[in-house]
Amino acid sequence: MGKYIIKRVAMAVVTIFAVATITFFVMNMVPGGPFMAEKAVSPQAQAALEAKFGLDKPLSEQYITYMKDLLHGDLGLSVKQRGRTVNQIIASKFPVSARVGGMAILLAVMTGVPLGSIAAYRRGKLADNIIIVFSTSGIAVPNFVTCTILMYLFSLKLGLLPTYGLTSWKHYVMPVAALALYPSSYIARLMRSSMLDVMGQDYMRTARAKGVSQRVSLFKHALRNAILPVVTYLGPLLAYTLTGSFIVEKIFTIPGLGSEFVGSITSRDYPLIMGTTIFLAALMVTMNVLVDIAYKLIDPRIKLK
Amino acid sequence: MAKLSFQLNADDFLPASASEKESLVVMRESVGFWKDGFRRLKRNKIAMVSLVVVILVLFISFVIPQFYPYTYEQQIRGSENLAPMQYSQTELTTMETGGKVFPHILGTDNLGRDYAIRVMMGSRVSLVVGIIASVLILFIGSLYGSIAGYFGGWVDLVMMRIVDMIYTVPDILIIILLSVALDQPLKALAMKPGFQWIQVVGVNLISIFIVFALLYWVGMARIVRSQILILKEQEYVTAAKALGASSGRIIKKHLLKNCIGTLIVTTTLQIPSAIFTESFLSFLGLGVNAPMPSLGSLASAALNGMNSYPYRLFVPALAIALIILSFNLLGDGLRDAFDPKLKD
Amino acid sequence: MSGYLVDIKNERLSFFTPAGEVKSLNDVSLHVKEKEALGIVGESGSGKSVTAYSLMGLTAYPGRLIGGTLEFDGKRIDQMTEKEMRKIRGNEISIIFQDPMTSLNPVYTIGNQIAEAVLLHTDKTRAQAAERAKELLTLVGINEPEKRLKQYPHELSGGMRQRVMIAIALACEPKLLIADEPTTALDVTIQAQILELMMDLKEKLGMAIIMITHDLGVVANMCDRIAVMYAGKVVESGTTDDIFYRPGHEYTKGLLRSIPKLNEKEHNRLIPIEGSPVDMLNPPAGCPFAPRCKSCMKICLREMPEYTDLSDTHYSACWLHQKAEFAAARKHPAGIDAQKAGQE
Repeated sequence: MGKYIIKRVAMAVVTIFAVATITFFVMNMVPGGPFMAEKAVSPQAQAALEAKFGLDKPLSEQYITYMKDLLHGDLGLSVKQRGRTVNQIIASKFPVSARVGGMAILLAVMTGVPLGSIAAYRRGKLADNIIIVFSTSGIAVPNFVTCTILMYLFSLKLGLLPTYGLTSWKHYVMPVAALALYPSSYIARLMRSSMLDVMGQDYMRTARAKGVSQRVSLFKHALRNAILPVVTYLGPLLAYTLTGSFIVEKIFTIPGLGSEFVGSITSRDYPLIMGTTIFLAALMVTMNVLVDIAYKLIDPRIKLK
Repeated sequence: MAKLSFQLNADDFLPASASEKESLVVMRESVGFWKDGFRRLKRNKIAMVSLVVVILVLFISFVIPQFYPYTYEQQIRGSENLAPMQYSQTELTTMETGGKVFPHILGTDNLGRDYAIRVMMGSRVSLVVGIIASVLILFIGSLYGSIAGYFGGWVDLVMMRIVDMIYTVPDILIIILLSVALDQPLKALAMKPGFQWIQVVGVNLISIFIVFALLYWVGMARIVRSQILILKEQEYVTAAKALGASSGRIIKKHLLKNCIGTLIVTTTLQIPSAIFTESFLSFLGLGVNAPMPSLGSLASAALNGMNSYPYRLFVPALAIALIILSFNLLGDGLRDAFDPKLKD
Repeated sequence: MSGYLVDIKNERLSFFTPAGEVKSLNDVSLHVKEKEALGIVGESGSGKSVTAYSLMGLTAYPGRLIGGTLEFDGKRIDQMTEKEMRKIRGNEISIIFQDPMTSLNPVYTIGNQIAEAVLLHTDKTRAQAAERAKELLTLVGINEPEKRLKQYPHELSGGMRQRVMIAIALACEPKLLIADEPTTALDVTIQAQILELMMDLKEKLGMAIIMITHDLGVVANMCDRIAVMYAGKVVESGTTDDIFYRPGHEYTKGLLRSIPKLNEKEHNRLIPIEGSPVDMLNPPAGCPFAPRCKSCMKICLREMPEYTDLSDTHYSACWLHQKAEFAAARKHPAGIDAQKAGQE
């Protein structure tokens, strides 16, 4: 087990390192370097940049400097938001995204798992068909379509929910719902096929033969086995929530890291783009590793190898 | 069970002939793989409906615009912001003097461009991107996966470690990064002779294709590899090897051919995924360049005017949803029909 | 009241699948006395497992009992509610299945799974159930029971897993143990051990056993009586001696012929039974074995054979038995009615 953790962590570090490197070199493909913005930069920022990054030095040196700073957790200075470091920006915006994203993930799991289980249990019947239809639509409809439809219905037409900002609980409803739709549908489908698979296993028959009731056999025997693939999905789920937040935050004007990132793209704030990319990548990779380890802990078949 | 009434006679106890016995043995007819699959597909109503929808969408996107009286970049003075089926002053005048004006079925946008044709072209762009990307993924992925699966050993090990790493890299981020970075260089390249088409297609689109080619094939590779791993244990492969067939030949003729079912299904399901990504990026402003429309960029542009012109947002949004949904359902149907493992 | 522990009369059971009605059991009658061991022998699809499962009410949707009665210990199983059935399962009737690898839940410990059976049917506390689990493990010959209780199924060998299955089955000291091909998935040496264990436990606990298998060798030692099934019917039934030394049905004879014998001096070929099993979607009108029977007569193709008593303990369903009687009766016309009356 220990060996596995070390292996995974090592791979994760390598991946983050690779992403940082790719990011750095890709950014430098921009002619004139990433810090030569089209618009004029403030003299202080310009001076700070040149001092910090030694923009006249060869690329390899710049790279080493960047990496060294990275190891210290220093992601540089924003060129468009005067005086603020990338770290500061990320630190102020990320918690907002984390809240919305976290709620969306929770909602997705809490709806997807039961719905998928019900669909499997009532296979072929009306409940199953309804759930299949909704979950298939849910994974097909892109984020922004959901957002816009929700916004149109509940804000413009019915006037029930606000369209922007994040000050009351009402502000959370639509963004969280929009963000949770895809993962919820995906989990429902995953859970359904996993449950169907498990329900056909021999040990379910053994449980029935012992005199276990349908209900107990489902909750005790089937669920514990069927939920394993869903645990594996948690990693990609996080990745999806992160990228999904770009859209949701843009549409609902939520001051989170997603909209910050989108904004930095449009404004070509390269240090911010790079810093955010690396941060998000590191986050995703870390979560993946954690989920993998958690999975190994839950499934006894793998525990002791 | 005893039937007192039936009569036994001496003849009954004579031995039965071989032909009499054969008439009782009914063998269930064995059907070919394709015929069997298509039969199953036809029975699946949802899949058939999706197939019809897909064909319809393809027709609307590729055929109709050829005959449509308006083009997507054509700006008609005086006809800005018309509602669906509304005519501008100039057009009404034309019609009164006997001229014919084709109605703007979905109205026009703020630059006087017919919206219906823009939606159709947008749909075409999305589909083209989706299909080309999927074909790219199909080739790279199946080649990679079959090599890894067939040769096994450390070749497989190394190749799959690479796949694992690529899998962890967050693709959207890289796409965004690449699009931003390649913006200038590709624009510069577009100025050079012979590369003019880059201007039309758009720098971002090229970035999308590059990233698809670099990152998105891993899913396909994994699937193909696991198929190959199973198939290569089959006896006909051993037989072919014993006859001296080369590895390349074995992969091409025996293994990949038997994967075709899976390949078709996976590719069909890859198309909506690619379209999803493309519309996502277009929405963020990283898709095709104006004036060429994409369903994502149309939706993005219409966001601001949602109050006054809601249909401008809904039509492209629902179009995307419909395309993705029907391809997904078709792919699901194909999988149920042709992938026997998944038969319940 | 028949005085038998198990009394199945004229059972008909079909599975209603999308492909049609599969007539699994087509008039099955058999009985088991207390503390008796009955062997049910037949090939796949003969209905031997289905018969046993129906006794435990495990053939729900898409299976349905469409005729006959099932009696256990004087109670009518076929008329019981699900709740009543649950009290009997694992308690008065237990079953062990063929594949011990897949019959145990991989995510729960052995101790948990054995204790579950105890907790379901008795008032014992968890601690007491755990104690009982330990007792049972010792009973089935597993050493270090303390350690085993905390282990997971994948940590045990096939033979040990089957012993655990037996432990679970015996947890509540059932009156009847059904063993569905318990040794088919095991190595030959382990097979012998498990069978010996079962015989031992049968004596110790005074259980009746139904042993389902396609292997005549397994029943030879263990069983008092044997029922031979083919295509959803019992085609022959008798004591072990009856079946082995005086087989009546052609199918039984075929089974006996196809067993390889170690002491044969000549190099005889194994004589398999020609042909393939019956399609239960469209069972034929006459004797189901007819197409494969080398003594098939014309009547065999037309009419389902009736049961003929070959002795007090032995009967068989074959027209060949009638042939001799028919020939005899032709010389004494009055005798026919007497014969027929006796056959009802």
